[in-house]
Amino acid sequence: MTAMALPTGNQGMNVAPATAGAVNDVATKAVNQNVDNTTVETKAEAVVQQNKKPWGSRVTEMMKSVIKAVVPPIFGLGLLVGIWALISIKGGSIPGPVPVFKQAVVLFSDPFYSNGPNDQGIGWNILSSLQRVGIGFGLAAIIGIPLGFLLGRFKFMNSMFDPLISLLRPVSPLAWLPIGLLVFKQADPAATWTIFICSIWPMIINTAVGVQRVPQDYMNVARVLNLSEWKIATKILLPSVLPYMLTGIRLSIGTAWLVIVAAEMLTGGVGIGFWVWDEWNNLKVENIIIAIFVIGIVGLMLEQALLFIAKRFTYE
Amino acid sequence: MNTSANSGAKNIVQIEKAGMSFDTKNGRFIALRDIDLNISEGEFVSLIGHSGCGKSTLLNLIAGLTLPTDGVLLCDGREIGGPGPERAVVFQNHSLLPWMTCHENVYLAVERVFGTKERKSKLKERVDAALAMVHMDHAAQKYPHEISGGMKQRIGIARAFAMEPKILLMDEPFGALDALTRASLQDELNGVMAKTGATVVMVTHDVDEAVLLSDRIVMMTNGPAATIGEILEVNLPRPRDRLALAHDPVFAEKRAALLDFLYKKQLKKAA
Repeated sequence: MTAMALPTGNQGMNVAPATAGAVNDVATKAVNQNVDNTTVETKAEAVVQQNKKPWGSRVTEMMKSVIKAVVPPIFGLGLLVGIWALISIKGGSIPGPVPVFKQAVVLFSDPFYSNGPNDQGIGWNILSSLQRVGIGFGLAAIIGIPLGFLLGRFKFMNSMFDPLISLLRPVSPLAWLPIGLLVFKQADPAATWTIFICSIWPMIINTAVGVQRVPQDYMNVARVLNLSEWKIATKILLPSVLPYMLTGIRLSIGTAWLVIVAAEMLTGGVGIGFWVWDEWNNLKVENIIIAIFVIGIVGLMLEQALLFIAKRFTYE
Repeated sequence: MNTSANSGAKNIVQIEKAGMSFDTKNGRFIALRDIDLNISEGEFVSLIGHSGCGKSTLLNLIAGLTLPTDGVLLCDGREIGGPGPERAVVFQNHSLLPWMTCHENVYLAVERVFGTKERKSKLKERVDAALAMVHMDHAAQKYPHEISGGMKQRIGIARAFAMEPKILLMDEPFGALDALTRASLQDELNGVMAKTGATVVMVTHDVDEAVLLSDRIVMMTNGPAATIGEILEVNLPRPRDRLALAHDPVFAEKRAALLDFLYKKQLKKAA
């Protein structure tokens, strides 16, 4: 008996806080304790009904939601492949989906072979592109984020750097490539340098905006509590700037992935961009189309990964 | 006129000839002038007036969030030169940090005030006690966005009380809540006050709230250059019961006096 009473008692307590908000809303219309009870009861009934539902209908419900989520994107992809197939029939020189798919199976059956620097598997090419992006982007984060904090915190710094950023930001990152080649005398660091330059701006700007937009309320809390600078930085500034910072990082990595393909086409070596150009020289159009898909999918995955991280650090 | 209600208790806040003006594009704007007010220990003082009368400005002056351009404010005999934990503030929009649980929000304040003297377990006990006092112990591990507006404000009050401030400053603490939640929080506050004997200054625009909670109600004239118009003593016995007071002639009389001031003497011309 007691074993029975205990869990139900707990349940009642769990329901109370959850419904308190709703009850308050309802109560504004009808001031009555009974209202409270009826809402709780109807909720309880609803729960029971859901449990009573036969297995079959619950499965079909789940199926329905899955179909809703999956079918439209499949239609979209189908449209793309359809148009592509049409073009390949009419255009002649562009290979259709089937030969490209067959070639992709061949390519991805051995992605990590290496026959010298100019003939490597697609896996190596993707990885070396990602490595360049990682290094250039990482350096940009190490410099850009603290700089963004300074710009957001101190008006003087902001006024000082604002014209520089406005002037340099619109410049195509590829215009910096010759400077990189001149300074580093090598293709690889020059490509990394290009990535660095294009990813630093969104990080500086977004971090600075984030710092400037820390709600005054939070700063007032810090002032009333007389928190130390360290506590203000770690407990208030950083968490409230983090979503802005992550937006900056997401924009940066998107641009970086766009730019690396172009940079590698110009510099050569190993990398997905260089690979595209190499396949063009070999006139293997199937491989170019595969590369386009690969670049798209990798970009999508980077974006989704950062969105996932950003969601973890977004409040309200 | 400005002497405190019970002259036996010592003055915890003294405001002398305080004024506040801002430099704007169109010249000097005087928000407050000639504020003289003493608040004694354990007293509940409400500031009431039409919007724009500078009541929040006055509260911010006591909090130290802004500094007066004229006159002087003293807390416990020392000049108020900035904000500090001995003058806790309950903000209108609760101002809980959204990345911390309710417990962590209160803990941040408790740690700041008692962290140097007490062990961690004692600090946690203080947090638990404060949350229990506002009946929010069940939500300790919840994040602010997971609880209702009234609950957030309870946590805000718990955070302020947990600091054991000399004086508690509340800026329209229940202004953003619906009428019934507001009533339950007012009763809650009355209970907490009875337990702790706290000194409170509260900004409000709610006449009933002012009479129900206050020992004295400071009525402010309309701005610009607002100042204290009248001070109303509310000598109703405590504990006060909302339902009983609804038919109390003294309550009705105080309420009428407030309404008379706000809507006859200081009627705001339609903007």
